[in-house]
Amino acid sequence: MTEKRTMHPLLKWFYRLGAPAWFYPFAGKLLPWLGGLFLLLLVPGLYLGLWHAPADYQQGDSFRIMYVHVPAAWLSMFVYFAMAVSAVIALVWRVRMAEIMIISSAPIGAGFALIALVSGALWGKPMWGAWWVWDARLTSELILLFIYLGIIALYNAIDERRSAGRAMSLLTLVGVVNLPIIHYSVVWWNTLHQGATVSKFDTPSIHIDMLIPLLLMAAAFKVFYGWAMLLKMRAHLLEQDLHCGWVKERIFNAQKMPRKNSTGRVANQGHKHE
Amino acid sequence: MSPLRKKRLYTLLLLLSGVGLATFLLLQAFSENMMFYFSTSEVQQGKAPQGRDFRLGGLVVNGTVQRDPTSLKVRFDLTDGAANVTVEYNGILPDLFREGQGIIANGRLNAEGIFMAHEVLAKHDENYMPPEVADSLKQAAKNVPQPQQATP
Repeated sequence: MTEKRTMHPLLKWFYRLGAPAWFYPFAGKLLPWLGGLFLLLLVPGLYLGLWHAPADYQQGDSFRIMYVHVPAAWLSMFVYFAMAVSAVIALVWRVRMAEIMIISSAPIGAGFALIALVSGALWGKPMWGAWWVWDARLTSELILLFIYLGIIALYNAIDERRSAGRAMSLLTLVGVVNLPIIHYSVVWWNTLHQGATVSKFDTPSIHIDMLIPLLLMAAAFKVFYGWAMLLKMRAHLLEQDLHCGWVKERIFNAQKMPRKNSTGRVANQGHKHE
Repeated sequence: MSPLRKKRLYTLLLLLSGVGLATFLLLQAFSENMMFYFSTSEVQQGKAPQGRDFRLGGLVVNGTVQRDPTSLKVRFDLTDGAANVTVEYNGILPDLFREGQGIIANGRLNAEGIFMAHEVLAKHDENYMPPEVADSLKQAAKNVPQPQQATP
């Protein structure tokens, strides 16, 4: 408590992230890099997965749906984990930015949970013989989607943003018990869904030519999440802080500058908050 | 960390462990119902419900698949390595259905102990490989009769 005079660089970074006037342009600078990196991973991932990888010995070409299904399912859980970490920060340190991070992430997580469920159903019909079965893996993933929707609904049901953020953070934290259930559902109970392939370390149960595009796609999806989340966080910040000094300053500066493009890019230059 | 934040953190940890414990107990209580299917051994031991539908899982025994040439009717044996159950089914089988494959059938036992299925699902395993690799694996394991993993 007493060492506040000489702040640790990491702590300083943490505090800066919480300041909208610093975070907003910082996220704006990060966005094109993340977007570029996403495309850089997505294009070879799709090419290697859909054209180059050999067909499966049992499923033929149908297995290629896993290049969308598996990264989407992983991401739906990864996003939730990130939200839960953010929820602890929001509840213990009362950081508003952490709440904004959660509400910005929830629709993305919900979207990818839905993609995982729909792509799984499309694969399940020809392979298993059923669109949907109520086994533990499918059901727990569906519950994850419902938790996402519940988080979004709760946040929007409360008018005051900070109370909404606190309630939402609490719900996010409670829902985290579902994550181990999703992951271990195929181990704890006998399910129709197959067990884990990649996180199994003893024997390689996927061919290397099939694995590389899967990992590329997984990385691409993660980067996409970062990109979409920052975009959404910036929008939430502008909306909530419409009457705050830093937004007014940005608008004022943007009007003063010659308008080169419609995005806030021009306003970012010559706008130093340090 | 300030005492207030420490207190908040402990409260959250308490909350999480409480929710975790509650979920654990709930899943323990429902563990029977969380099982998607019964194994063939459990059916032989009479653990499967009588007179109502349940799901039966097992591997299709090599050489037991008999198709009726005039209809979609098909008959095969399922095994888990210890016990066999004969299954009868009238309908279209999924793509992955083949001998040695893990199958889950939904239906009920008739008086003769034959499982009358109205739905057959194929269970896919977690292995992905190109056909050439699968062939060479098969060549290598030619002398070993067990083709797949023990559980469906």
